[in-house]
Amino acid sequence: MLELNKENFEQEVMQAEGPVIVDFWGTKCEPCKALMPEVERLAEQYKDKIKFCKLNTTENRRLAISQKVMGLPTFIVYKNGAKVKEISGADNCTPEAIENLIKENI
Amino acid sequence: MDKVYDVAIIGGGPAGLSAGLYASRGRLDTVIIEKGRWGGQAATTEELENYPGSIEHPTGPKLTERMREQAEAFGTEFISDEVVGFDLSDKIKVLKLKEREIKTKAIIIATGAQHVNLGAPGEDTFRGKGVSYCATCDADFFTELEVVVVGGGDAAVEEAIYLTKFAEKVTIVHRRNEFRAAKSIVEKALANDKIHVMWDSVVEEIYGDGIVEGVKLKNVKTGEITDYRTDGVFIFVGTRPVSEFVKGIVDMDPKGYIITDSEMKTSVEGIFAAGDVRNTPLRQVITAAADGAIAAISAEKYIDKTFGQ
Repeated sequence: MLELNKENFEQEVMQAEGPVIVDFWGTKCEPCKALMPEVERLAEQYKDKIKFCKLNTTENRRLAISQKVMGLPTFIVYKNGAKVKEISGADNCTPEAIENLIKENI
Repeated sequence: MDKVYDVAIIGGGPAGLSAGLYASRGRLDTVIIEKGRWGGQAATTEELENYPGSIEHPTGPKLTERMREQAEAFGTEFISDEVVGFDLSDKIKVLKLKEREIKTKAIIIATGAQHVNLGAPGEDTFRGKGVSYCATCDADFFTELEVVVVGGGDAAVEEAIYLTKFAEKVTIVHRRNEFRAAKSIVEKALANDKIHVMWDSVVEEIYGDGIVEGVKLKNVKTGEITDYRTDGVFIFVGTRPVSEFVKGIVDMDPKGYIITDSEMKTSVEGIFAAGDVRNTPLRQVITAAADGAIAAISAEKYIDKTFGQ
């Protein structure tokens, strides 16, 4: 999975061709870390259909807030530089919900 | 598939991990099934100074990680999956998970509790955009900003103290005029310059434009509504049991907490319950751990009696 930061976010997400999904996580977010193996699995499974990225919000707080993300875990799908759909919160971000989010947007 | 465990524990929080430790240390073939994050609710709290022996670095993630390692050291197995059904027609019980089935002689339900929603307009809309139920997850975002904490119990007051490490100002909104939280925590909170309290108040609405910008507060005594600017709303107004999946199988109280006796036995033979999910007067890491130990020993007795040795 591609690691995002303020240097590459514009190019890799906003300027990207095709759908992009971003996993907003943080080093103190236990639910995010618990989800990570499933997210890695989905990233591998759908690697030809959607671009999978993750953004460590602990290191990129301002960037996250600029995307109106102020809670974790959050998953956002972008298309043509715009947010298409997002889900947030540990009980909403189940592996099934993330997979559905991908399926709806590829 | 053909393996039969002695004990299958559902839930990997302090109750389940302690049950795992006691059961596997008693040489029972033990497995813990967890559908989400290991460590349970305790893994999302930084302030954990009321578990004996955890004075230094008393953080939930560290404590629960050590609990897991300890259970593992004695042979407990761990499965990340969700229990979706049961076959209890035989003495050997079958747990139906999403990915597989597990056969076991005894079951310990330790699924704990989860937060309840406030039910105020805007709560869902601003989820992840200023509304949070997990201070350790989201506190970072509010560095030098202002937040509101809703609630008056241990969780609300402890998390408010934790949030002062990040936020410029923390306002606790509580519907009564005194906290239910332990006195030492309350004293610590009230002595903190960053903490302000709005007594007798409830959140009527959470509003903003893309992200939270404020709340409408109602004074429950005067009925007066005031506008209160804030960047975040942390909600700790109580918990509910995670027991939906065993509804109709074991007896519960009207709120859904599983009814047990002092040996953690439920209404079904061979099924035990431990921790926050049962009808207990106190829901803390220490009571969950104690319940887990008792449940494991009761399961062992049940197995000896029912299956012989």
